[in-house]
Amino acid sequence: MTEHSIDSVRDGLKRKEFSAVEFTRRAIEFAERENPKTNAYLMLSPERALAAAGRVDEKIAAGEDPGPLGGVPVAVKDVILTKGIRTTCGSKLLANYIPPYDATAVERIEAAGGVIIGKTNCDEFAMGSSNENSAFGPVRNPVAPDRVPGGSSGGSAAVVAQGTAVVSLGSDTGGSIRQPASFCGIVGVTPTYGRVSRYGLVAFASSLDHIGPFARNVKDAATLLEVIAGRDPLDSTSAEAPVGNLAGAGTGDVRGMKLGVPVEYMKHATGETAELISQGIESFRRLGCEVREISLPATDYAIATYYIIATAEASSNLARYDGVRYTFRSAKSDTLAGMYQNTRDEGFGAEVKRRIMLGTYVLSHGYYDAYYLKAQKVRALIARDFTRAFGNVDAVIAPVSPFPAFRLGEKVDDPMAMYLSDIYTITGSLAGIPCMSVPCGNTSEGLPVGMQILCNHFDESKMFRLASAFERR
Amino acid sequence: MKLTDKEVRYVANLANLALTEEEVARMVHDLGGILEHMDRLAEIDTEGVAPMAQVLYEAGETATLRPDVERAPLGNELALGNAPLAGQGYFKVPKVIER
Repeated sequence: MTEHSIDSVRDGLKRKEFSAVEFTRRAIEFAERENPKTNAYLMLSPERALAAAGRVDEKIAAGEDPGPLGGVPVAVKDVILTKGIRTTCGSKLLANYIPPYDATAVERIEAAGGVIIGKTNCDEFAMGSSNENSAFGPVRNPVAPDRVPGGSSGGSAAVVAQGTAVVSLGSDTGGSIRQPASFCGIVGVTPTYGRVSRYGLVAFASSLDHIGPFARNVKDAATLLEVIAGRDPLDSTSAEAPVGNLAGAGTGDVRGMKLGVPVEYMKHATGETAELISQGIESFRRLGCEVREISLPATDYAIATYYIIATAEASSNLARYDGVRYTFRSAKSDTLAGMYQNTRDEGFGAEVKRRIMLGTYVLSHGYYDAYYLKAQKVRALIARDFTRAFGNVDAVIAPVSPFPAFRLGEKVDDPMAMYLSDIYTITGSLAGIPCMSVPCGNTSEGLPVGMQILCNHFDESKMFRLASAFERR
Repeated sequence: MKLTDKEVRYVANLANLALTEEEVARMVHDLGGILEHMDRLAEIDTEGVAPMAQVLYEAGETATLRPDVERAPLGNELALGNAPLAGQGYFKVPKVIER
């Protein structure tokens, strides 16, 4: 199970080594057996998976193409809605929530022959960098079980690293795909904002939320992104821009491409992470790329900007959890105000409350201009830094995280330290540009380190070309 | 920016959160530290910069509009399906008006 790729599943089906139903059964059995080691799946969905696999087998029997994901087991982060399958957002508040509809990305995966095999653990409402904020227990990193898998899409990264899914969907608001991909040694992609419909993604910070793929190789990630990408009338922020052939984007030559390395990033990077990234940059030089230093001067203000905008939007988006519509209501609900307040106090975990409080504060009377409006202006400067950089370079190369996977419990009591570790990923999120993490090597302790590749809006093809060349190095 | 107990309680009320005494103390400490970091935004000059509320890229003026086509709604039963308390086709909440 652990070695399969989208291509190998397709070949296996074609050569009749297995049927889609047989392969799905095997995948589910394997996931059931292996999952206790990581707690990466919150729930498996065998019924829905076998039904989808059955449709793939029927198509094959009829001589039809089962689609680009035909028979491929796909795991879905539990903040993405799956009709009839419990979707918890890692929160006690939604512990019994059964969505009445599918997210567009989920619908497109099944239409392409993909088999949704289960829902993955995550930080509550995607808020966290370690997956320790889940109401259903932390996830262990498959590479080093005493360490975190990263977050917030820790479960989606872990299932792919562990081999209990071939590919998976995560969501990224400030690094929640790239950082866990880096920690687990796999590929994770945050597409351009608007590239993938957010319809059915439970909202955290609407101007920053993205759905994106995890995979064990660049081509699989590109294939899954191609399937879910493209305009959706149900998300007015989804872009009209043509998607193109992403799955085949990896084959081109990268000779002569110009790469920028931000001085502001490298000055923070220390230890083995910095060494591995430097070696990675050297590999790009050997592949014929021209590497130069660039400056993104607003970087030092990115953490403050991100945590103002993201929490402000979250405080508004999470106002809907009021004990009326979504499954959980406090037993202490004698009055309407008591129902709201006690439901939210009992239902939300500590980090979610902290962010709601912060977001409410920065939006409150007297502070809006100093915090929220100011942050929106600095966001424009951060985006402008990238626009200027892309006038001179094809891509920006950077670390994903200042350090590799840390131990469970190591940073859980210091929220500010946890926020600061997002420094390399949030700039790309704020600018809305496509960025990805690709494995760059392991530390002496055997912990994976990812390299980040960032490109201009809608330049995913170029990003995959660089990532594929790097993967083959 | 240091926060007081009173400010934390005021914000908690705005956010509809009934925080315990312990939680208030923790918020005073945590939010104070985070806001201190955020105060550094005052250093950067944003004179004449337009606030960025949404990611912008080249697109047609009406790119975000979809055709106005009829679409079946969720329906009463499904919409109420996850309510902790419902009846007669409505969400039920505690009594709002006291006699």
